[in-house]
Amino acid sequence: MEQIVCRDLKLGYEKTVVADGVSFTVSKGDYLCIVGENGTGKSTLMKVMLGLLKPLGGSIEFVGASARRIGYLPQQTEVQKDFPAAVKEIVLSGCLNKSGLRPFYTKAQKALAARNMEKMGITALAGRSYRELSGGQQQRVLLARALCATEELLFLDEPVAGLDPKVTEEMYAVIEGLNKEGMTVIMISHDMAAALRYSSHILNMGNDFFFGPTADFAARREGGEQNG
Amino acid sequence: MANLIAQLELYLPYAFVRYALIAGVMISLCSSLFGVTLVLKRFSFIGDGLSHVAFGAMAVAMILHVTNNMLLMMPVTVACAILLLKGGSHTKIKGDAALAMISVGALGIGYLLMNIFSTSANLSGDVCTQLFGSTSILTLRPVEVWVCVILSLTVIVLFCLFYNKIFAVTFDEDFAVATGVRAKAYNFLIAVIIAVIIVLAMNLVGSLLISALIVFPALSAMRLFKSFRSVTVCSAVLSVVNTTLGILIAVVGGTPVGSTIVATDIVVFVIFYGISLLKGGKNR
Repeated sequence: MEQIVCRDLKLGYEKTVVADGVSFTVSKGDYLCIVGENGTGKSTLMKVMLGLLKPLGGSIEFVGASARRIGYLPQQTEVQKDFPAAVKEIVLSGCLNKSGLRPFYTKAQKALAARNMEKMGITALAGRSYRELSGGQQQRVLLARALCATEELLFLDEPVAGLDPKVTEEMYAVIEGLNKEGMTVIMISHDMAAALRYSSHILNMGNDFFFGPTADFAARREGGEQNG
Repeated sequence: MANLIAQLELYLPYAFVRYALIAGVMISLCSSLFGVTLVLKRFSFIGDGLSHVAFGAMAVAMILHVTNNMLLMMPVTVACAILLLKGGSHTKIKGDAALAMISVGALGIGYLLMNIFSTSANLSGDVCTQLFGSTSILTLRPVEVWVCVILSLTVIVLFCLFYNKIFAVTFDEDFAVATGVRAKAYNFLIAVIIAVIIVLAMNLVGSLLISALIVFPALSAMRLFKSFRSVTVCSAVLSVVNTTLGILIAVVGGTPVGSTIVATDIVVFVIFYGISLLKGGKNR
């Protein structure tokens, strides 16, 4: 079942166009990796899909009414590095999109946050301060928050940036587990090996534009390498 | 010591001291609650810029002989706050220059206008009062105290009702927008409230010292506390205690109220900083 349909997107800031004619579809349960060199518009594409930025042209369609319920794992910002916040507070803030104008969190929302902390293995850290945690732990906190916001569609912006190899593997395993449970995953990645290994579809931005199943992309890459 | 207490007993029955204490406590409570958000959003200087705008508006109000300065100051400051904060965290660089322009411009024009049109015999005294709040808190009329209390209570209630949203928008605006939280509306709300606080705080510490009231309690609290809630509560408590102390010291010692409060804030910050160093550099 199609979940997101992007048609002929034109991406950029004001007068600078970084990518044009980007078309692809994402179906329920897909694991899409967005790859490409720096400056090819990967992050811009994600911002547009998340509604943080308007596309310069083309259209994005979220199929189904609940499809707008998305979760997002952003890259860490400067502000967050020394932000005094307890893990619990951050995870709970993911439930906010279901709150409307209600001022406080409901029991159900607190239970949801607790479940997602359990799932990410960070229940023991609930009272700890975010800024004291290791990079891997921080990513798990932000992932737990993202899971509070969605049951079906997860956006990840370089989720393993700055993590050591062991923690990186763990992170990929967690994401794979979520995808197997039926979560649609859309991830920006610099790690081509991991993208080929885990994803079901690849979107390669840049001159060498490609969108399709990962197996086709791998075959084309091998073909290209043999010819070149 | 006994002498000090005797002196306090002498002053406390006076209405002007009680008014000053009530208004001071309310204003410092408001400013410290939103101070945490401003500091964390890297918007510490907004307070400074807006207070200069308020000064400019006040100068215009004086010239026009508007009976209640607030009628003009409030809308102008609110409008500027919205203009500066509406872009959220994405206008940082442009916002920086815009802020400098607006704040220094308002200050300069404000003083110029006062100089040209003033009918007052003691112009520099007037200006000094507005900039450093030297005595204005001690000359509040009952009406002004009421306005101050009502506005402060409104600000505090709004803060409590929107506490979770304010946290979310402060910690990660992009996430909030992406997941369908109306972050723009909340940024707007924060901007309006900040402006209201600043206009109120001009009475207490004058327009040059408002930033201290907003920034110091939050920074002190952040030295020692680790969750958003504990930082907010600590900042509020510190602010109220410091302001009360500051006003009492100023009344007894005859020092200017605003600068005494700021001095108290600084002393407390140094103490908290020292404690955090003693506890080990881990929490830095």
